[in-house]
Amino acid sequence: MSAVMTSSMPTMSAMPAVTVPRSALGSKGWTAVAVAVITVLVLAPVLNLLVPEGSALHLSDYAVALIGKIMCYAICALAMDLIWGYTGILSLGHGLFFALGGYGMGMYLMRQIGRDGSYHADLPDFMVFLDWKTVPWHWAFSESFIAQMILVVLVPGLLAFIFGFFAFRSRIKGVYFSIITQAMTFAARLLFFRNETGFGGNNGFTDFKRILGIPIAQPSTRMALFVLTGLTLIGFYLMARWLVNTKFGRVLQAIRDAESRVMFCGYNPLAYKLAIWTLSAVMCGIAGALYVPQVGIINPSEMSPASGIEIAIWTAVGGRASLIGPIIGAFFVNGAKSWFTQAFPEFWLYFLGALFILVTLYLPDGIVGGVKKLLNKNKAEVEA
Amino acid sequence: MAWPSSQVKWLARVGRALTTLMMTLALGLTAGLHNAHALTAEEAYSISAGDNDARIAALQKLVAKGDPALPAFLEALAADKVKVASNRAYVVDGDEVKDAATGSPAKLSEDAQDVVNNNRMSSEIDAAMAAGKLASQDVAARAEAIDALSKAADESKLPVIDKALAAETDPKLKIQLKAIRAKAMLSSSDAGTRIEATKALAEEATPEARALLMERMADTSELDPAVKGSLQLALDKVNRKLAWGEYAGVLFTGISLGSILLLAALGLAITYGLMGVINMAHGELMMIGAYATFAVQNVFRNHFPGAFDWYIVLAVPASFLASAAVGAVLERGVFRFLYGRPLETLLASWGVSLMLMQGVRSLFGAQNVQVENPSWMSGGFDILSNLTLPYNRLVIIAFAVLVLLSMTLLIAKTRLGLFVRSVTQNRPMASCMGVNTARVDTMAFSLGAGIAGLAGCALSQIGNVGPDLGQNYIVDSFMVVVLGGVGQIAGTVYAAMGLGLINKFLEGWAGAVLAKIMVLVIVVIFIQKRPQGLFAMKGRSAEA
Repeated sequence: MSAVMTSSMPTMSAMPAVTVPRSALGSKGWTAVAVAVITVLVLAPVLNLLVPEGSALHLSDYAVALIGKIMCYAICALAMDLIWGYTGILSLGHGLFFALGGYGMGMYLMRQIGRDGSYHADLPDFMVFLDWKTVPWHWAFSESFIAQMILVVLVPGLLAFIFGFFAFRSRIKGVYFSIITQAMTFAARLLFFRNETGFGGNNGFTDFKRILGIPIAQPSTRMALFVLTGLTLIGFYLMARWLVNTKFGRVLQAIRDAESRVMFCGYNPLAYKLAIWTLSAVMCGIAGALYVPQVGIINPSEMSPASGIEIAIWTAVGGRASLIGPIIGAFFVNGAKSWFTQAFPEFWLYFLGALFILVTLYLPDGIVGGVKKLLNKNKAEVEA
Repeated sequence: MAWPSSQVKWLARVGRALTTLMMTLALGLTAGLHNAHALTAEEAYSISAGDNDARIAALQKLVAKGDPALPAFLEALAADKVKVASNRAYVVDGDEVKDAATGSPAKLSEDAQDVVNNNRMSSEIDAAMAAGKLASQDVAARAEAIDALSKAADESKLPVIDKALAAETDPKLKIQLKAIRAKAMLSSSDAGTRIEATKALAEEATPEARALLMERMADTSELDPAVKGSLQLALDKVNRKLAWGEYAGVLFTGISLGSILLLAALGLAITYGLMGVINMAHGELMMIGAYATFAVQNVFRNHFPGAFDWYIVLAVPASFLASAAVGAVLERGVFRFLYGRPLETLLASWGVSLMLMQGVRSLFGAQNVQVENPSWMSGGFDILSNLTLPYNRLVIIAFAVLVLLSMTLLIAKTRLGLFVRSVTQNRPMASCMGVNTARVDTMAFSLGAGIAGLAGCALSQIGNVGPDLGQNYIVDSFMVVVLGGVGQIAGTVYAAMGLGLINKFLEGWAGAVLAKIMVLVIVVIFIQKRPQGLFAMKGRSAEA
């Protein structure tokens, strides 16, 4: 074959032009944030813990668990939006960072089980099963909550930093980057599947009993985790909001729209890309750490190619480059998932598949973009 | 040690015919002497009662004597039909009781006891029975006997084995007997015999011989330094001889894996390499090809069972057409609107793959389906004692080469190929020259999809066919295309073969999972070094 067979399809601008608001948040925006904080901090605990179960206003434990889980997903989607929506780099490896954070938390929770496991041993059950006498080296800090929480941030951050440094230095872009992040995730998944790696093989970690000495399944603990997740999500949202309006954020968007021009202007994109990529990975790691105690299980399926791509679809459905979009997307898709898997389990994958196709074909700016377009149209009609 | 099954069957048939003939003659001769019992009452009793060592010694003495009545008695013994009472052994078959020595009907006394055979005794009895069968005229019976004998091969069996070896005419069985002889000698109490055994095993150089030698090496009861040295020498010799077969085996499995990767990646080289569509549903197009093969197989099984061996001839075009049709629909319905936006095609095609998988689950069920090899594809060539090349793998390698050649010719020599190349190089100009670019896009995409279907047809012959079939190959096939360099078919070939071989060689010393991880890491590192793949495009076409 000769080198004449090239792929030079006309490259259209993949990203929509986004007008960035001058101030970080308008007064309306701050009100919305305040409402969100009050909802998470006051309303949800009161409705769940204080309002009696029979009441129409009662927030069920199921709903708390579901919303708590989706808020973790929303953090992932927000992280994905920073790297994909604002910097134009599609990562299929965010499932890995999420899982790494989750495993970090899971290791601590496994040690918290203590002697209550089915073997009544000091070591986690799966290690007893493998006939290990002591914990392996990477479990050295697993007794300490603080140390594990530092690892939750450090491990995904470091992995992302090293991987990103080499990838961005070699100017790996676009699809190539997506595919090698997927390969990295795939390799990690195979590694975690092995029993010898010391992460419980394909069963992963489960059957947690307590966190910080408090029983993990009791309603007040669940509510505390819920509140913590909600506040983390709001905090990350505000941080992202601030970030994209700084000069740093502007350069990111410039890199997304015309990387070579940014370079000609004298910027080196490497540091910018690396910083946002690492930050994004850390956010996912924290989301994973919040997810595991609420869901009660972590296993290598979180690293499957599917979960990485799903994070991208939450972001795309909600609307890229619009910060609130990915949060809406995560809630919409996962809400639909929990409804479908109960009502019509066999149709869920059809729906999800169709959603992927329809959103990419007809809603390139997601739900938020669609609503905006509709509003603008109405406004124009009113003015005319 | 596998034999071509047709040969075994043929030999068995001849053997059976001969046996029947001999039996007829023998029956005629011995009709009058039917109850000839040479087994004495003491002998029968000594095998049946007492402590195991004494029983075994008695048994071996009788085996060496070649007593004609022994086999029948042993069979009764093995089937737990023997009872002992007052120094005599009886064969009890239902209500019928016979004296073991005379064969005449007898009455059991009240205190008759069951003969109990523990594991050791059972295997001795089996071996003794086998020793009797070793003289059989039937090759299959002899093979069975040799098999039974090998389980209890020790020094005491040497005379029997030697006798059988002298009489054995079948070359295959002779080799097996020699192996058993060496095994028996290796456990001998005489150091000279053990050394002789190591030499025999070194000559033999089969994986079984190596296992025997290693077992003896690890045995702490072996103290004689001379024997130890001889063991080491023999082991080295066997290892050297076997190494060739092993390397060739790894090479072959590597090429086999490479050809599968190549088939999986060739279609992608068109849809991704030439058209820029990141088709995550490529694996599902392969799955459709595999299910098309399954459907054709079922049609043949139900309607033309006589021609079942040739269903594959129809399955190949069927799988191509099925996947190509789905591909054409996808191109017209989805990817057409996404040209030039590779990341969007990635997401949309992922959605397509979810729907196709769920669709297959609804149609065929979530379980794997059975696709059977045609009979001419099962079996393999025996090249060395430790190297067999399975026919189905060989067929797939040939098939991959065939698909590669036809695709190369199609792109390089035909009018359609010319159009595809012109459209991918310069779409507006091709359009100006009168090429119907939209139609060419559809044709090219369904060609890529059809090749995926062919890959699925090939995969159905060596692995499970299920809704998840494609998922296992999607990461691998993208690795191949990216590694080879986008738009480079030659690069795809090198990358597929390279990855296949590296994977199998690493598997040899790191195990399958670690090898796979290492390969992925190697690819990731390689892409960091050469982002454009093995064969980077040069000049204007290598756009920024």
